[in-house]
Amino acid sequence: MSLRITVNGEPHRMDAAPDTPLLYVLRNDLALNGPKFGCGLGQCGACAAIVGGRLTRTCSVALRDIGEDEVVTLEGLGTIDKLHPLQQALIDAQAAQCGYCTNGMIMAAKALLDRNRDPSEAEIKDALVDQLCRCGVHNRVVRAIRRAAAELAK
Amino acid sequence: MTEAVSRRRFAQSLGIVVATFVLPLAPAYGQAADALPFSLRSHRRLEGWIRLEPDETVTVFTGKAELGQGILTALAQIAAEELDVGLEKIRMVSADTSRGPDEQYTFGSQSVEQSGSAIRAASAEARGTLLAAAARRFGVRTDDLQTANGAIAAPDGRRATFWELVQADPDLLKKDIAATAAPKKPGGYSVVGKSVNRTDLPGKLTGAPSFVQDMRLPGMVFARVVRPPRYGAKLISLDEAAARSVPGVIAIVRDGNFLAVAAQREEQAIAGRNALASGARWSNDSIPLPDIAALRDELPRLRAETIVVAANRQSEAVADNVKKVRAAYTRSYLSHASIGPSCAVAWSKDGRMTVWSHTQGAFPLRGDLAKVLGMNTGQVDVVHVPGAGCFGHNGADDAALDAALVARALAGTPVKLQWMRDDEFAWAPFGPGMVMAVEAALASDGTIADWSYDVWSNSHAMRPGQAGGVNLLAAWDLGAPFVKSPAPHIPQPFGDGDRNAVPTYELPRKEIRNHLLLDAPVRNGSFRTLGAHGNVFAIESFMDELADVAGRDPLSFRLSHLKDPRARAVLQAAADKAGWKPGAKGDGRHGQGIAYSRYKSIGMYAAVVVDVEVDRNSGVIKVPRVVMAADIGLVVNPDGAKNQIEGGILQALSITLMEQVLFDRTEITTRDWSGYPILTFAEVPSVEVVLMDRSEPSLGAGEGSLPPTSAAVANAFAHATGRRLRELPMTPERVKASLS
Repeated sequence: MSLRITVNGEPHRMDAAPDTPLLYVLRNDLALNGPKFGCGLGQCGACAAIVGGRLTRTCSVALRDIGEDEVVTLEGLGTIDKLHPLQQALIDAQAAQCGYCTNGMIMAAKALLDRNRDPSEAEIKDALVDQLCRCGVHNRVVRAIRRAAAELAK
Repeated sequence: MTEAVSRRRFAQSLGIVVATFVLPLAPAYGQAADALPFSLRSHRRLEGWIRLEPDETVTVFTGKAELGQGILTALAQIAAEELDVGLEKIRMVSADTSRGPDEQYTFGSQSVEQSGSAIRAASAEARGTLLAAAARRFGVRTDDLQTANGAIAAPDGRRATFWELVQADPDLLKKDIAATAAPKKPGGYSVVGKSVNRTDLPGKLTGAPSFVQDMRLPGMVFARVVRPPRYGAKLISLDEAAARSVPGVIAIVRDGNFLAVAAQREEQAIAGRNALASGARWSNDSIPLPDIAALRDELPRLRAETIVVAANRQSEAVADNVKKVRAAYTRSYLSHASIGPSCAVAWSKDGRMTVWSHTQGAFPLRGDLAKVLGMNTGQVDVVHVPGAGCFGHNGADDAALDAALVARALAGTPVKLQWMRDDEFAWAPFGPGMVMAVEAALASDGTIADWSYDVWSNSHAMRPGQAGGVNLLAAWDLGAPFVKSPAPHIPQPFGDGDRNAVPTYELPRKEIRNHLLLDAPVRNGSFRTLGAHGNVFAIESFMDELADVAGRDPLSFRLSHLKDPRARAVLQAAADKAGWKPGAKGDGRHGQGIAYSRYKSIGMYAAVVVDVEVDRNSGVIKVPRVVMAADIGLVVNPDGAKNQIEGGILQALSITLMEQVLFDRTEITTRDWSGYPILTFAEVPSVEVVLMDRSEPSLGAGEGSLPPTSAAVANAFAHATGRRLRELPMTPERVKASLS
């Protein structure tokens, strides 16, 4: 049995077992490196992608439950040659150290900006409160998201 | 197809190359004074550090590893500066036993000092050699030549690029580094000292394969481990049937108490792990663990070796008219809590084992892997590939051996093994719990007349590659087990649990004793700053307690015991920036605290001022603002250094306010993030960092911001409430107890 999903605008037919967490389908079948395995428990946010417009922990949602919802990963935002304003803003603010959690930061910020084009600092912190970062770049991430929001408003 | 691209990229960048460096290991705990940069002493060949490539780039080799601290960018700046080559032309190759220099471990904030000095000398040598070749070609003196952007120009306009000179004489840069070429003077720098963007971030932020977790090799399979429920438990029996029936499972590896499973797909390996775990019966054996609620009493009772690490004027009596003050402090066991669990890729092929790992010490790890695998060191290669930020000795090396053991059983097939979250929390080494006791005598003039200090902790230095055993988790579990290496003796000023135990204040009489605990019930290892964090927490908390008894302002009390002008300057700079008001009173809720340390007594100077708001009902300490002044000597990448310092401050606040590994008397009970909360966006304060403008040699910036920060929080709390918190972390329960 195979299941169809749409990822970053491309339809795919997946042969993985229906109960496979979406994370492993994205990483291993589609070779997308954005979503990262962090805890497998939905606690840290490193695996985040946007599914059906909602910020989603891909480690904790099964392939069979995706259905018609489009999946957008970090790779669906921008490329190294054509960066999304969020990616550009994080680079400009050097808002990463090890970069392992950054996928989740960017995806959470994307989900926030999709529903609130001009978030305050408090709203940004609130939207990212469940995204864990161990290196301590939180303030740079907040600054970068403010800058990206301004850029997107242009 | 993305997958094909990523495979090709990894094949290119991680290809196996014949080893060029097989040299004896040198102790790397720190750089001693010597004319020749530390890392050059055993690696004199210029082409081992720098190669000019046919595509007009420069490959620069370092033995240090990118851990998320931006070191490859800073080292590339140093090479670009000394060579007079554009930064975009520099290609850094980090720790790789198959083709790079052995610089031991990437730890202790020493990479700019050690590798940076070596690369600076090698680059100056290369530039000098190229200049001499150009002078011969043009028949002019080297002094008449100008270099810029990888080219050398003669006064009459003739020019040659570096690559043209090497093409004309391919052996030109194949020589020993004489270290006679004088590096540039800092005043003439144009690349070093500038904030440049990290070269690795665009890839990491767009999903390019950047981490060992992202590696994909042809035919690669996935593996997971099944660890015992607790330290000491032994595998009594194993029913493999359930695991074997999981679709895709191709191998179960059992050797003594070591247990792993491999499968075609990652989720199958995880399902196999769960099935294998339910089929494993473990003995009730356990190792008695200390009571984490009573560390202050428990740790000093353990078997210890006591070493006097500093003493002066002990034969002279302390005057009678002094006021004695004493206090004891504790710090809990800490997890590195890397966001990405440890991972490695291993491939046993044609009698060789290659392991890709986010280890901090590729060469030392290779040695221990070879021992356990029964191979010659030359048959094993370890290639550093970044992982999640590790902040010290986490599970990286252990996962490397785990992967190699599975790869050995599946010869010819590449194996990617990643730990699950509970493996990382329960089995990676912890930063040891610590107890610090201090007693001082205040003279009638309010200065310190005597200082007596004791610190108890297990060794914070149990990495692979140490003599007398093997420091890898699975090695102790094999049917024919290896023993742990004994704790090394690391002299001051680097130290182990006694790092920064010797205050840098002027103390007329003092004795400092380190009680190295010999039995390690809890697995211990290096966490960012080793013992410096606990020691500075104690020393700097106690300085405020003394100032209080002496009726002095904490800032002026510190300044009156400090002669070093650089130490005084950071304290004053932090106080000025934060608006420190001598004699200001806390109001029961708001307070401000100051603290200072010089990391390892020879490294970065840091002074910090922390504001707190205490919620007396909930017991939560909120930190709205932190100001730090830091002196790291010559700054290579100002924004990169600030990033490290900011990160260290936030991590220190997290440790101070909430972090402790939980265990009962037999078992680690912290298994996921709910058992180990860390600072989130809701709690981060505003952070301001002042970098002092200095031209002295660079001092590492990676760690020095942590130690004083915890004490500044304690001092701010005491300033606000009049109560003293001497135990870390400052949980709401402890806060409420201290206020009742």
